[in-house]
Order: sequence, then structure tokens, then C-alpha cells
Amino acid sequence: MIGKYALRFVALGYLAVLLVAPVSYVFWRTFEHGFGPAWDAVTAPDALHALKVTLILTAIAVPANTIFGVLCALAIVRYRFPGSGIVNAVVDLPLALSPVVVGLALLLLYGREGWLGGHRVVFALPGMVLATIFVSLPFVVREVVPVLREIGTEQEQAAATLGASAFQTFRRVTWPAIRWATAYGVVLTTARALGEFGAVSVVSGRITGETQSLTLYVQDRYQSFDEVGAYASAVVLALIAVATLILMTRLKPKEETR
Amino acid sequence: MIEALGIVKRFGDFTALDGVSVDVPTGSLIALLGPSGSGKSTLLRVIAGLERPDAGEVRLDGADVTRVPPQSRGVGFVFQHYAAFKHMTVGENVAFGLKIRRRPRAEVRQRVSELLELVQLSQLAERYPAQLSGGQRQRMGLARALAVDPKVLLLDEPFGALDARVRKELRLWLRRLHDETHTTTVIVTHDQEEAMEVADRVVVMNAGRVEQTAAPRELYDNPANEFVMSFVGPVNRLGDAFIRPHDVELLLEPNGATREAMVERLVHLGFEVRVELVRDDGTQLSAQITREQAEALELDPGQIVYLRPMRQKTFGS
Repeated sequence: MIGKYALRFVALGYLAVLLVAPVSYVFWRTFEHGFGPAWDAVTAPDALHALKVTLILTAIAVPANTIFGVLCALAIVRYRFPGSGIVNAVVDLPLALSPVVVGLALLLLYGREGWLGGHRVVFALPGMVLATIFVSLPFVVREVVPVLREIGTEQEQAAATLGASAFQTFRRVTWPAIRWATAYGVVLTTARALGEFGAVSVVSGRITGETQSLTLYVQDRYQSFDEVGAYASAVVLALIAVATLILMTRLKPKEETR
Repeated sequence: MIEALGIVKRFGDFTALDGVSVDVPTGSLIALLGPSGSGKSTLLRVIAGLERPDAGEVRLDGADVTRVPPQSRGVGFVFQHYAAFKHMTVGENVAFGLKIRRRPRAEVRQRVSELLELVQLSQLAERYPAQLSGGQRQRMGLARALAVDPKVLLLDEPFGALDARVRKELRLWLRRLHDETHTTTVIVTHDQEEAMEVADRVVVMNAGRVEQTAAPRELYDNPANEFVMSFVGPVNRLGDAFIRPHDVELLLEPNGATREAMVERLVHLGFEVRVELVRDDGTQLSAQITREQAEALELDPGQIVYLRPMRQKTFGS
């Protein structure tokens, strides 16, 4: 009995101290002087623009990485091709690589002196999109690959013998089996895209009102001693993340009742 | 009519099929029998189009389908591990092939209910595969394969994952189903009893080759070689000769043509008794005799008996 409570205490205490307390503190500081100043801070033109930039980055990176992620997972699991092992390893690169390195790599490639320089990629939205896609790439692949491995190929072969084309087989057999894994991957991708700081910071040039995403804006406000602005924008980021998670958990139980 | 002609299939260095030819006449039920790795499942998958042969030709009703994808071959395939569509109900599983073919809804409903009736799953149409037993799942797999009126029905160790009692039931049921529908059928199995019980003809395979093709009785009575003899039933070896345990007669006195052996163990199998024997050179044999015979002989472990082969076979090497 004591062991059970001790385990709970340790596990929940760990979460409370490391996750809940800091986030709650941000919320508390935001609304310390009431709702008004916080609302003013997040509706300031630069804040709204930063929010828009973040949403654009997410709206491009998430669909791109979802489609690519599913295709890539199918390629890795279903087709043995030369170098599939390397592809499998390369997909994890963004997890291992520091975002700052990613940012620098993009600068080198697309910057004024770079191989592909001069296309207004760096210090503009396209560069930030590339950086966001790069860092949020592995999540859908990593969620879908084990599920594809587990379901095996027999259901797909059965569909083929019953007359289903490759696309029909995907739509009616493979996709229903991997859609929850994909959805979870989308949530993780979204969270990563919303929260990305390092890589975006390097390639954006941090031009206020232009190439400033919400995370960059938070840091900018904080360094300008505008604490309410920083905390309020942080709360917006946190709320979007929480909303995504809730959406996810609301969708998920339907699957598990089966 | 299925014709496989000179099929060769390699997986890397491993030759799964080494020039195999098999004919399955329309309306018959053929078993591909062999140990694991003999190539029987690969041959079935080649016929279905799930594997492409390196050489050879597959014909269905006279048409060369070697390069035709499985979608257009008109075969029904039943998998050992059911391959049930887990997110669909039993009814939806059975309807799958019909929906792919865009049949009118009323026709689909009608056909699905007929098939569920046929496989005795009408009550379970709304269940999901995870809620069925193995035997029920495999019956669903059969109904799903039959739904599209396949020219041929291919079953890959369909009862291999089921327990012994359900296996026996389904085996008899499959034979009755075949006698009603007369769909040209190939069943792959490693169980000789299963092959003998359901099939009109049995193709015995070993190491990527066909060892013999014959009716069950013929196979048992006139095996073509040592491999077939020992694969289709228990066998004793006495010098160069092979003898079935029930072709061994036990005597208490020698009579010139008999060989001496010691009773090691008696195994009671109900109506019959299996007598396990050991010869003085250490070779082991078994004899299968009726209970009355065993009682008349008053056999006991340790006793010396004399055995006389009533029927034996030798194969030239």
C-alpha cells in the first residue's frame, strides 16, 4: 500500500515540480494585473503578426510532414530498396541535431554566399518554413512505422486478391489501421512546429513585424523588459498546444473501445 | 483448371520452387502437402499472383496469367492467420470484394447474408474480428474469399493456427462445402491426415520439387519413394525395407522369416495398441495391433517377440 502511494507521490511530484509549476507560474504572472493588460499585450500588432507567422509555419509544415511522413513510413516498411536502412536513420537526424545547427546549415545553403543563395529564402518566410519542416519531420514517420510493421502485409495482400487496387487497398485497409498513429504524429508535429525556436531564430533574421514567429516574439518582449507581453504570448502558445492535445484525446477513445 | 508449368522461384540463394508443375482439374480439391520449406505455400502464392515466378507459367482456365496481378486473377485466397480487416465488422469483411466491384447495395446485402449463412456466422455479422474465435475468423475468411465468386479458391494452411478439435471440424466442413460449391480448390497443409481427409488428390512436395501426385489411397499404398512413404504415415525401417506399423504381425515363436525384438513400451490408443519395440542392434520399431491381439499375446515390457512384416516396400536407390 505504502509503496503504491509512494510511487504515485514520486511520479506526480516530478510532474508537478518540473511541468505544472513553471507553466502555472507563467499563467499566474500573465493575469497578475488582471485580464486587460494581458489582452492588450496579445492583441498588439506585432504580437498578432507573430501569431500569424507561427500559424502559417505550422499550417505548411504539418500537412507537408504528414503526407511525406506517411509516404516515407510506407517506403521504409513496405519496400525493400537499396539504402532503406540509411533513409530510416536519416529520418531521425532532426531529433539528434541541435536546431541551431539546422538553422546554420540552411543559412549556408541558401544564404548570400550559399549554393542556392539569392532567392529570398533566408531572413524571410520560406527559410523559416524550411527550418520548421526540418525540425518537425520525424514525428509522423516514427509513429506510423511501428504500426505498419505490426499490421504486416497480409491484410493488404488479402485486399489485393479481392480485387482492390493499390490505392483502394491504402484507403480501405492500410489507412484505417494507421490513422490514429498518424493523428498522434500530427499532434507531436504541431507541438514541435509551434514551439520551434532555435532553427527559426537563426534563419529568420528576427525582423519585428515581418519574420518574427511567436516564440521569437516572446523572447524579444522578455529581453525588452515587457514581461506581461512575454508571458501573455507564452500563454497563447501554451493554449494552442493544450487545445491540440485535447483535440487528440477527444478523438482517441473511439478507437480504443473496439 | 489451374496449370502451373515448370515454376521456378528463388529468394536470394534459396530456391523455393525448382521447376514445379501441377495441374488442378476444374471442380477438384487438391492438397499441397509437404514439410515447412518445401515450397508449397510459395507455389500457392505464385498461383494467386502474390509472388512472381522467376521462370515458368501459370494458367487459369487455359489463359496465361503469369504476368497478371492478383487483383485481376479472380482467385479467392484464405490466409493461415486469417488476414481479417480488423477495423471492419464481419459483414463488412465479407462485403469487401463486392464493394470494390461496385455492386449495387441490395445485391451486396443479399450475397453477404447468403455467405454468412453458408459459414454459419449470421448471428455475428455486426461483430469485429477481434471478438471471434479462431475458427469463426477463418470461416469469415472463407466467406470473404467466396464472395467474389472466384474461379479458384486457394487456402494457405487455413487451419494451421487452430486447435486440434476445431481443425477436424472445419476440415470436414470444408469438404462438405466443396461438395456443394464445386469451386476448384487448392489447400496447402503440412498435416498428412488433413490432406488425405479433404483432398481428391494430394501433391507431395519436398525441397522445392514435387515428389508424387496421387489420390490419398494410392499415395498411402504406393508411395513413389522413401520420402513420400515416411511423410504420409508412420513407417518402420528394417534393412532396406519400409513397413507400416499396422503391417507388422507379432508372434510369440520364431518361424524362420521373423525377426526378434524386445517390447519396450505399450501405448494404448483406444481401439488399437501401439507396441514400441527395440531390436538387439538398437533400432527402434513400432507395431500397431488391435486390443484383442495385444491381449491374446499378453504383451509386457521386456518381453521378447518375433515380428513378421505382412507387407513391405523397398525403393531402388
